[in-house]
Amino acid sequence: MAKTESTLKNMVLTLLVITCVAGASLGGMYELTKGPIAAAKMAKQQAAIKEVVSGFDNNPGDEMYELTSKEGFVLKFFPAKKGDELIGVAIESQTNKGFSGNIKIMVGLKPDGTIINYQVLEHKETPGLGTKMADWFKTDKGNQSILGKHPKNNKLTVSKDGGEVDAITAATISSRAFLDAIRIAFETYTENQSSLPVASNTSTEEGGTE
Amino acid sequence: MNQLKNFSKGFFKENAVFTLLLGMCPTLGVTSSAIDGLGMGLATTFVLVMSNLVVALIKDFIPDKVRIPSFIVVIATFVTIVEMTMQAYVPALFDSLGLFIPLIVVNCLVLGRAEAFASKNNLGSSIVDGLGMGLGFAMALTMLGSIRELLGSGKLFGTAIFPEDYGMLVFVLAPGAFIALGYLIAFINHVKKEA
Repeated sequence: MAKTESTLKNMVLTLLVITCVAGASLGGMYELTKGPIAAAKMAKQQAAIKEVVSGFDNNPGDEMYELTSKEGFVLKFFPAKKGDELIGVAIESQTNKGFSGNIKIMVGLKPDGTIINYQVLEHKETPGLGTKMADWFKTDKGNQSILGKHPKNNKLTVSKDGGEVDAITAATISSRAFLDAIRIAFETYTENQSSLPVASNTSTEEGGTE
Repeated sequence: MNQLKNFSKGFFKENAVFTLLLGMCPTLGVTSSAIDGLGMGLATTFVLVMSNLVVALIKDFIPDKVRIPSFIVVIATFVTIVEMTMQAYVPALFDSLGLFIPLIVVNCLVLGRAEAFASKNNLGSSIVDGLGMGLGFAMALTMLGSIRELLGSGKLFGTAIFPEDYGMLVFVLAPGAFIALGYLIAFINHVKKEA
């Protein structure tokens, strides 16, 4: 078959047909993957909540509420309950003080503010240096671990800044940023505690209606 | 053309990374671990095969002057499909490859094969070419990723080979990519000369 001539009509028609087919197939693909993508995101969030506060039997995702921190970040709070008793809150916190860009973490606090566990959700820190924060602050070695500490009773800044946490070797900025995200989570949580439907709240309605 | 030769040329004789030096951006960017390299290579292979297939099918209908834009639209469509599929079914890999997935669109390897091969050959050869070039690219990325992961963090496909403390951090970072790639190409060239 001879090649189509490069006339204006032919070119416009060809491009039109190609872009239409491309658009249609992408639209179809989007519809197909929309469900699984949402499910994958949900599963990731659930896994993170389970990791940082274990032993709950409600669905923290259903009772999620949002609060804005002093710094202007919107934090997500997932209350974890066993029966009617609040056993902890998983807080999705973030900071913009990372070595390169934002750091997003999920931290679990007991109702009184003691840190249960944490998980790093998103970051762009240097591989091999800042990325170590995923495990560093959980490792029980020297003064690395922040688990079981209380941001009010323990000074949770790096030792270089007069605090009691050992920073990641060669990644002080990432360490500072990480602890900053913890601080933001804790402060936003405690400052709004009085106005929030916390431990006493037994209803399953959406929180954060203050 | 001999199909077997057509397929195997992508691995050694015309390997995209070691010989043609195409697609350097993902090659250097995502090979900090073997599994990332392999994932990137396979994603590129899929795009390459599909775009070669479509380009070979429609090449006669496309006026010469709008050839490149048409190819780009075809490639971009498949890249977006890969992106959405990965996000849905392998979210962990998608997270670590991140920005590099959409960048497959501008991987000159993909457009290069569409323009230089698929637009001049029949359907069968084009698919075989895409498969060979793509798998060759995946192989190169996996090799580079393995070397960097092993030297940098003492692991291979996530399994610890030696303690991480002895790893040379530089190999996980960008400069290590250049160093490792340089030595790898030198080695391949040496082997080629001998052969």
